[in-house]
This record gives sequence, structure tokens and C-alpha cells, in this order.
Amino acid sequence: MAVFSTNEFKAGLKVMLDNDPCSIIENEYVKPGKGQAFNRVKLRNLLNGRVIERTFKSGDTLDGADVSESSMEYLYSDGEFWHFMKTDGSFEQIAADKNALGEAIDWLKEQEVYIVMVWNDAPISVTPPNFIELAVTQTDPGLRGDTATGGTKPATLASGATVKVPLFVEEGDVLRIDTRTGEYVSRAKK
Amino acid sequence: MTWFTPIPMSNRIDWQPTAVLAALQARAALNSRIRAFFAARGVLEVETPLLGQHSGTDPNLQPITAAYQPHASALAQLRYLQTSPEFAMKRLLAAGSGAIYQLGKAFRNGERGERHNPEFTMLEWYRPGFSLTQLMDEVEALVSDALSLPGRMHRMSYRDLFVQTLGIDPHTVSLDELQQMTAAMVAVDDGALHSRAACLDLLYGHVLEPMLQDPVLIYHYPAEQAALSRVVEDEQGQPVALRFELVMRGMELANGYDELLDADEQRYRFAVDRELRKQHNLDDIQPDERLLAALQQGLPACSGVALGVDRLLMLILSATSINEVLAFPHERA
Repeated sequence: MAVFSTNEFKAGLKVMLDNDPCSIIENEYVKPGKGQAFNRVKLRNLLNGRVIERTFKSGDTLDGADVSESSMEYLYSDGEFWHFMKTDGSFEQIAADKNALGEAIDWLKEQEVYIVMVWNDAPISVTPPNFIELAVTQTDPGLRGDTATGGTKPATLASGATVKVPLFVEEGDVLRIDTRTGEYVSRAKK
Repeated sequence: MTWFTPIPMSNRIDWQPTAVLAALQARAALNSRIRAFFAARGVLEVETPLLGQHSGTDPNLQPITAAYQPHASALAQLRYLQTSPEFAMKRLLAAGSGAIYQLGKAFRNGERGERHNPEFTMLEWYRPGFSLTQLMDEVEALVSDALSLPGRMHRMSYRDLFVQTLGIDPHTVSLDELQQMTAAMVAVDDGALHSRAACLDLLYGHVLEPMLQDPVLIYHYPAEQAALSRVVEDEQGQPVALRFELVMRGMELANGYDELLDADEQRYRFAVDRELRKQHNLDDIQPDERLLAALQQGLPACSGVALGVDRLLMLILSATSINEVLAFPHERA
């Protein structure tokens, strides 16, 4: 894998730091007129999602991280792993564990396409599309005139997630959900 | 001709400038103002070479080199683009020029960032007979005028800055305590904490300087950071460098010195620098014998200061990137 020097650090570059794959968020060059040059770098640990700040001497190097992102279709789960298949026609399959799945577990839908981040051939994160359409599997009928709840009620979706929905939503309705906020957007067009 | 408002560099068609017309106009106005300021004070504008046979030996400054060919088939001779006009201006002082200033380009290899361009504009001036304080007064006058600042600038010694912000005396704190504090406040490798100078630099550069938003003049630096300035004992008997910096909005704007006059001391510092360069696998740089000869001849007691004009412009225009004040930054030159 390539080696990168601090002056090559750009947002999005994938590097190894303390044995974890990280993505560079920001790189600030700091140099006093009569002193040594440093780079103040912000990185995101791709395994635990944490943002780290580290100061490097200018010219220091980090190993590149063998990280790639692919579009993959969700196939099924065997309880322990969640299986995805590349959409590039290669039929290549990969198994993600609960850790890698993260919050995407709320938004799984067969044949839907997700972005899977792979490091050293193992999936480390799964990102759902920004919007997903899911059917309502359970919700109480909305009581007309009930304004005490602010016009929403909870509904369980086919993926298992619970979202707040307007009172007119009924079981069987297919809803458009923003996966980034977990919020109801609209009813999906049939 | 139409001028465009700045858009991210990645979207911009590469031939265009990164500064808007108003920024170019602000630079022209500032240059005029600077010239008027010095004309009123009887300081002579000079031009000294950008291309020279020598360069400073500071291990933290890397010069850009050039190849000069006396004629087509001759071997190329090594030349340096100057990192500062200091040596040439001191030779002028030794020749009896009196107070002089220079508004011109300086070049530093490998220095690129939001506040750094490898080629930048430096205003450097020397005042025979001025004490450090008198020069600080003059820097304050110039900058306050350019920025229309009300009132006086805050002034603080390097020691007071550390004592008031971190509770330690930078001159006397133990190396252990210094290393611990630096490690706690700056996320660096332990290897970077190897000396007092390294730790103080890290604390100053990464913790203290960014906090200095209102303009402030910091003076009396640790003796090891003296560079080309004189070292004296302060009121507490502590050897300190007669050096000051003007810092504003977390940015170093100017660096001033009560200049070292002793040729032997200067030769010694060159030798120390060369040794450090060797230790860090940097190119060797020969000491400038013409500067040493000028010092031997005798430099009048003087104070000198170097000010980053691009950064002053950034402050005038509230710019966050130096690209906003440059017609064409390094990548588009």
C-alpha cells in the first residue's frame, strides 16, 4: 500500500493511524516564521466513527489504508451476518457483522443498494441510501380529532424500525423515509 | 472584463485568479500606504537581489534553489531565491545607508497552507538607533493605520503569556513538567517533545498563538529562539532574546529583532545551524562571508522587522485563505 506524507493529506484520503483505518477530514499546515512546520490533522476512525485530532511534524508519513467502497445489494441475514452482493455484475458477495452494519440495521430491505466500506477484504461499515421506501407493518388507526399527540403516531416498518408518522398513515402504506434523520418524508407513490 | 466572485478552487477554471478585483485594489492601496508611511518618516526604499549565492542557515527554513548558466554550454551554478532580504539589507546598513525598507517577494521551499504560499510578499525594514521598543511602536503605528485599529495594542512578554495562560514560566519550568504539559495539550508523537525548545514551540504554536485574536506584541523570547537577534538579561536576570512578534487573529504577522552586531557570534550561530541541518539530513548551506565581512566592518546598532504583507491584507479583508489575496497562488502560477 502507498505511503503518504503530510503534505499529501487531503480530505477523504484513507490512511492507517495506530493500526486503525482512518479517513482524513482536515489538514492544517502550521509553521511559525522561525520554527518547525507541523500539520494539525483531523481524522475519522473508520472502525469506531470517532474523530481524532493529531499533530504531525511536516513531512511525516502514514501508510495508506486499503479501504474501498462499493455499491452492494442486500440479500439476506442468517442472524449472525448480513449478506450483500456487488452490483457490478461480478456476483461477489460479502458478509457484514452487526458492528459493521451499525445503524443501517434499521433500514434493511432486500434488493436495496447500500454503500459498503471494505478494509482488508472485511466490511467495516454499511451506509443506506439517503432515502428508502418501506412498508408499514404495524400502526394504530389514527383517531380523528386527536391533536394531543401533535398529529403523529408511532409506526413499525418492514425493516423493524419505528418512526413517527402522520395520523392518516395506515398499515400496508409504503412510506419514504430519510435514513439520515429517521424521519417520515412522505407516502411513496404507488 | 468581468471579474468573478471567488468559488472553490476545485470548480474554478484554472487560468483565473483566486483573488477578486477588490482584493487586488486593496493590495495596491496598502502598498501606497506603506510607501507614504515610510516617506513621511524618512526611511529609504531599497531593492536587493532575489537571486543570490547564499541563503540563511536556519534549519527551519528551506530555500528554493535555481540553476544559473553563465552561457549556454556552461555548468549550472547553484543560486538561491532569497528567504528574506536580511543579509543584503544588513550589508547596505554597514555601508552607511541609514534607515531602509524593502517591499518585495520572499521564497520558502515547502511552505504551503491556508496562510502560506511558497512565494509571498515581505515588508522588511531596519532602523539604526532604534531600540526594540521603538520599533514595536513603529510596527504598531503602521499596522494600526492599515487596519484602522482604535487604541493601543496589548504588549506582553513571552514569559507573561505562558504564566498567564498556562501557569508556567517558560524559562525556568523543568523539562519533565514541560513535556508532560505539551503531551497533554498537543496530540503529537513523544518524539516531538525531545527538547525545551521543541515543547515551547509546540505550546506556543498550537495552543497559545491561536488564542491571540486581538492584536498583541509578544516580546523577550527564550534565548535559544534568538536567531539573528541580541540576547540580554531581563529584569529577572534571565537571558532573553531581544525579539518580538505581532500576532493577530491567531496569525503571526511580524517578527522583529534588536539585531546581532557581532561577527564572531554570528559566525558561531551559522555553525550551530549547519550542524543542526546536518543532523536533520538537510542540505548544507555555506555561511554568507559577505554578510560576515559587513558585520566585521561594523553595523550600526539597529532594530529590524519583517512583516507578512499578504497576511496583513488577509486581516484587512477578513480573508481566511491566503489565496484570496493572491492574484495566482502557487498551484496556478
